[in-house]
Amino acid sequence: MTFDYAFILSTLPAFLKAVGVTLQVGLIAIATSLLVALLNATILVFRTPYLQKLVGFYVELARNTPLLIQLFFVYFALPAVGIQVSGFTAAIITMTFLGGAYLTEVLRAGVDAVPQAQLESGRSIGLSHGQLLRYVILPQAGILSLPSLFANFIFLLKETTVVSAVAVPEILYTTKSYIAIYYKTYEMLAVLTLICVLLFLSLSLLLSRLERRLQHGQFGS
Amino acid sequence: MASSGLELLWISLPQLAKGAGQTLSISFLSIAISTVGGVLYGVLRTLNVTWLNAILRIYLELFRAIPVLVWLYLLFFGLPIFFGLSLPSFWCAVLVLSLWGASEVGEVARGALHSLPRGQREAGLSIGLNAAQLYGYVLLPQALKRMTPPTINVYTRIIKTSSLAVLIGVVDVIKVGQQIIERTYESVLIYGALFLFFFFICYPLSAASRVLERRWTQA
Repeated sequence: MTFDYAFILSTLPAFLKAVGVTLQVGLIAIATSLLVALLNATILVFRTPYLQKLVGFYVELARNTPLLIQLFFVYFALPAVGIQVSGFTAAIITMTFLGGAYLTEVLRAGVDAVPQAQLESGRSIGLSHGQLLRYVILPQAGILSLPSLFANFIFLLKETTVVSAVAVPEILYTTKSYIAIYYKTYEMLAVLTLICVLLFLSLSLLLSRLERRLQHGQFGS
Repeated sequence: MASSGLELLWISLPQLAKGAGQTLSISFLSIAISTVGGVLYGVLRTLNVTWLNAILRIYLELFRAIPVLVWLYLLFFGLPIFFGLSLPSFWCAVLVLSLWGASEVGEVARGALHSLPRGQREAGLSIGLNAAQLYGYVLLPQALKRMTPPTINVYTRIIKTSSLAVLIGVVDVIKVGQQIIERTYESVLIYGALFLFFFFICYPLSAASRVLERRWTQA
């Protein structure tokens, strides 16, 4: 078995682009998920009637079904009712659907961890809902949920490999195409593994450091 | 339209059930192997043997860093080339999900064992228990209870992730659904049914996990 270095070199630009697509899908999905989660968390914190039930239902639905089915539903089933989207858009929609639910849970847990007395004292000095959220709850809940938010960001970034199933040209799809065209299976699998290790392992090591740091930086401990 | 949709589901039921059987077999086998492997991992990690810890850390980080779908392709395409071993896609999926699941359950088990009061281990050792007795009679019974709720969550993730098997060619419930769609074009109905299929398996498990968690942390 020979290892074709020249071939690997020739595919590097394509893989760089693929890493770009992975990061693009991942980062957009993280941003949109975070927006969805913030909205949901606000609804949950203030116990908005009806909407609160709806958020609960959404979170359970999204968390208890596979990303692949959600993706196929958006990409293959929605066109039947007249909504046609590209693979890329389908990827963003689905990952926001999934990520929004996971991040909602994370933020909710963070808010729950803020001592009840904080909310009560905020109310007692006459803060409005918005002020309470902006100055009391979010700064504390944000710090508390930072490690778990970051862990979920990495999770979402890794999940982008699933969107290769609807032909989004990210790292896995690119690998598969090169294998299909040139039969350089050995080389392409090696490149794919290397990219994953470099990209995700470094991020997860960074996460461990962040966790250690925050452990030492908590109030009153 | 509604009745014809239900009719289609009814007619397709035997076919879908066969696919569901594949999906559930993969999930069930992987869950069983992950549980045994994960507990073993937890025990080995808490023995505090330096070289063993190093190996297990590498195993853990590899399964954390490389997404499951990538592992599926690595083993499905890689095993035949590197080892001349051609595994059917069904067993390839079981192998990957088990190795990944064991790393996830393993971290839960390690955490549970680690969270037990030190006194338990010391008391066991001081009355002359050997390692097997210490784990068998003292540490594992307590740790197993603590690790149950989060482990059930890992199970739901294994079941959800088993859906990826279709991408390496397992004729699971999704593939069967796609075949029915190719014939009938009822994509909303079939994907909707698949959605509910996974939801009704995973939701009771997550709910159970939450109930146990709440009950046992209060006690």
